[in-house]
Amino acid sequence: MDAPGHEVPPLHPLIVACTDGPLLVRGDVELVAADGEPIERTRKVVALCRCGASTIKPYCDGTHKLTGFTTGPEH
Amino acid sequence: MRTNDPSPGQASAAPALFHSRGPISAALLGMLPHPLEQADGLAVLAQHVDAAIAATPDILHDDDLQLSLFVLYGLNYGSVVAADDDWEWNPGLIAIRGAIERAFEAALRERVPAVPLPPANREAVAEALFELTKPSTGPSLSKYVARQATDEQLHELVIQRSVYTLKEADPHSWGIPRLYGRAKAAMMEIQADEYGGGNATRMHSAIYAGLMRLLGLDDRYGAYVNQVPAITLTSLNMSSMFGLNRRLRGAVCGHLAAFEMTSAIPSRYYGNGFRRLGYGEDVTWYYDEHVEADSVHEQIAGRDLAGSLAEDEPQLLPDILFGANACLTIDGWAGDHILASWEAGRSSLRVPLAPAERVSA
Repeated sequence: MDAPGHEVPPLHPLIVACTDGPLLVRGDVELVAADGEPIERTRKVVALCRCGASTIKPYCDGTHKLTGFTTGPEH
Repeated sequence: MRTNDPSPGQASAAPALFHSRGPISAALLGMLPHPLEQADGLAVLAQHVDAAIAATPDILHDDDLQLSLFVLYGLNYGSVVAADDDWEWNPGLIAIRGAIERAFEAALRERVPAVPLPPANREAVAEALFELTKPSTGPSLSKYVARQATDEQLHELVIQRSVYTLKEADPHSWGIPRLYGRAKAAMMEIQADEYGGGNATRMHSAIYAGLMRLLGLDDRYGAYVNQVPAITLTSLNMSSMFGLNRRLRGAVCGHLAAFEMTSAIPSRYYGNGFRRLGYGEDVTWYYDEHVEADSVHEQIAGRDLAGSLAEDEPQLLPDILFGANACLTIDGWAGDHILASWEAGRSSLRVPLAPAERVSA
């Protein structure tokens, strides 16, 4: 597997599906709530929850490690 | 005489003074404020250092040697000890530092349990590091803090952690120019976030200084060095040693990965402890920030930093795992000391905090 961001310009959006973990979002991506309101984003790279158990959704808080969440072989 | 002043933007106003813990640290603290021209006695000091290393039953818990190493690294960091800047690269002091480091590293390699090595590819290394650092189900300092720590104990925790956290990210940053390619880019991505992503008020060390002020604590670097036990200094010294020695770049990357992987969930528990005692978001900001930030950093650190480094320099794989387990072992001992002290009804501090040492918020 090649390095994420290796062959793309720095601001090109890139989402890495982390094994047994969150979706890592790099680049120029707008995050909005269902009503279209922007979701506060304070860092360049964010991790989005995909186990459903985070206390700070839509961001990951590491809780997937406590619940035994797995993404399976095909992510 | 030029003084080792804090850099602009750092919380501290003046280098704090702290007491020696034995003959080596006493000699260093006595010597450093003077100009380099007065460097007589270094050869004698080197002999005393060799004798102290030979005599110590456990360098990992040795107050005098760990404080001495802390003072010597402080010449590189600045704002740790009042010193003539010219001491930083004095060959005699570098030799003394090297002698302590050799014994320190040997003790770590002997005492830190060996970890089975994964294949040297990104996913396998990340998986091995996540497995090594997976949350334990047993008692822990962070769970104690969440459930039952007193206000005084929370103050102690903040004091214990301030030795590293007021310099948060700095030890690993020594490693940046010692890496190349993908691992360097990944280290930079993490560290840029640690330093506030271009916003000095969001710098993690600055958020921590704000937390200390809100708790009525002194946020000058080193203000509480007298209070902390050797193991707290050992923890910082270890990451400084990994960062400042190029041959240990595998260990500094493994250390950072393990540190990030064991931060988000405990940070939530620490924040819960403060919330339980009625503190607001201004106080819990530091911990809340780490819940979110380190859930990002641990993913970057596992694959892009440690994993890429293992692919690009496979000979470093053993040190990546060594650095990770050294972080877990030493920081585990530091945490166990605090927890055991509290459970026995004692302070975890070496010198109990006098009421006068809390400054008003």
